[in-house]
Amino acid sequence: MEIKEKGQLMSAAEIDRTLQRLAHEIVEKSGGTKELALVGIRRRGVPLAERIAKAMRGIDGVDVPVGTLDITLYRDDLSKIAPHAVLASSNMPFGVDEMDLVLVDDVLYTGRTIRAAMNGLFDLGRPKRVRLCVLIDRGHREMPIEAQFIGRSVQTSPTEIIEVRLREVDSQERVMIVDRVG
Amino acid sequence: MTPRFRDLLALEPLGADELTFLLDQSKPFQEIQKHPLKKLATLRGKSVALAFFENSTRTRISFTTAAARLGADTMNLQAESSSLKKGESLLDTVHTLDAMKPDCLVMRHAASGAPDFVARHLSIPVINAGDGTHEHPTQGLLDALTIRDRRGSIDNLNVTILGDVAHSRVARSNMHLLGKFGCRITLCGPAMWVPKELEKAGPPGATIRRTTCLNEALEGADVVLVLRVQTERLHEPALSAEEYILLYQLNAERLRRARPGAVVLHPGPMNRGIEISPEVADGPQSCVLEQVTNGIAVRMATLFLLIGGGGEEAPQAAGPAEQPARSSTHAAD
Repeated sequence: MEIKEKGQLMSAAEIDRTLQRLAHEIVEKSGGTKELALVGIRRRGVPLAERIAKAMRGIDGVDVPVGTLDITLYRDDLSKIAPHAVLASSNMPFGVDEMDLVLVDDVLYTGRTIRAAMNGLFDLGRPKRVRLCVLIDRGHREMPIEAQFIGRSVQTSPTEIIEVRLREVDSQERVMIVDRVG
Repeated sequence: MTPRFRDLLALEPLGADELTFLLDQSKPFQEIQKHPLKKLATLRGKSVALAFFENSTRTRISFTTAAARLGADTMNLQAESSSLKKGESLLDTVHTLDAMKPDCLVMRHAASGAPDFVARHLSIPVINAGDGTHEHPTQGLLDALTIRDRRGSIDNLNVTILGDVAHSRVARSNMHLLGKFGCRITLCGPAMWVPKELEKAGPPGATIRRTTCLNEALEGADVVLVLRVQTERLHEPALSAEEYILLYQLNAERLRRARPGAVVLHPGPMNRGIEISPEVADGPQSCVLEQVTNGIAVRMATLFLLIGGGGEEAPQAAGPAEQPARSSTHAAD
């Protein structure tokens, strides 16, 4: 089975502009940022959350804490991936109770990752509100889950894969759509 | 390549990167111990058989808690009430347990090598919870994790192991682990408890020396691992309890000979006032309670790594290898 690149969806500059816009949207639609916090879902949700928080500091100096969440232990497909799974630590430097949380991830697809992330969050306490911010929404939901803040919505077929490359993780920066052939 | 483990029988055959992997994978489970809700559903539907042919309260409770916090069920066999008393062989007992289809077996036995023997006859993973005087791998791991957290790393430390080393599986597991990270090991106790053969009881090339003089053993130590004295065994070096205390008790004054910031570990249960003074046991350098908490994390990590999967090989993931799960067709997205 081969992987073939079909096209570039976002360049580095477009990713940055989109994150800036998302930061503004979140601040605008939060009615106060006192209890606001971002939670990046490992791996690529983490640098995205950090960049959004940094962009928010540029808006009236809004300072929003960032937590990281590893969802491996909450996955519903553990039996398939467990021999390859490498656990990473979650790090939530704030209590979750009564907080207004925004989960951040790179791609929203079936929604199972977000289901797992919510399980992880609720193990930590009782947030006041949980919303979702994603860079790409590619459709094909298998859970009743939607994002409130979306960078770009893309129509995809099930064989296609959205590859997000971020400089903090991949030493390159772009979003591509690839297809499996054969 | 992610290290893969079928059983956890001993630390001796594991390489430094496999050991580091096990320690690193224990960290997320350390965090879970701080959550208000400590129960995960990760191993829901799986069962862990606990066969303790030798008495243990702490290790058994630790494994039971680890399984429960992962959502797994436990099947409990206890030596006192076991069929062994009625003359059933080890293999028959274990096959009987196996026929109840647990997902893994955690085993403690008085005979060195018993878990290895059992693992060869069972298709499920076996975890050694202590076999004779051979090894206690999860104890070695939790000790190393505790040292690493307190000292920043386990590389090139001066480690002193104090007490009945000859009969200690905890000492051996620690030697096999720490010896692979450049630690220099000093064994100290009455001569009969630190025989010459122990100099070869670590990994090849490891620096292991023996002394019967406590003060000498403590000079420059970064880590002091104090072993429990079994008073029933004191007749071997022919010491009275008072003489043992006089010559080998770790007290505050003697501990000052070690490096500043040296940490004190004890596998428990402690004989306060015998091998360790109450002042040291309760003092700032003592890590005994952290060891217990870390024990749950290490055992959760072990159970997760051994039985977290479905038992079959995961399908080959297409795409970048750094996180195969994320780019495979079945990834939870």
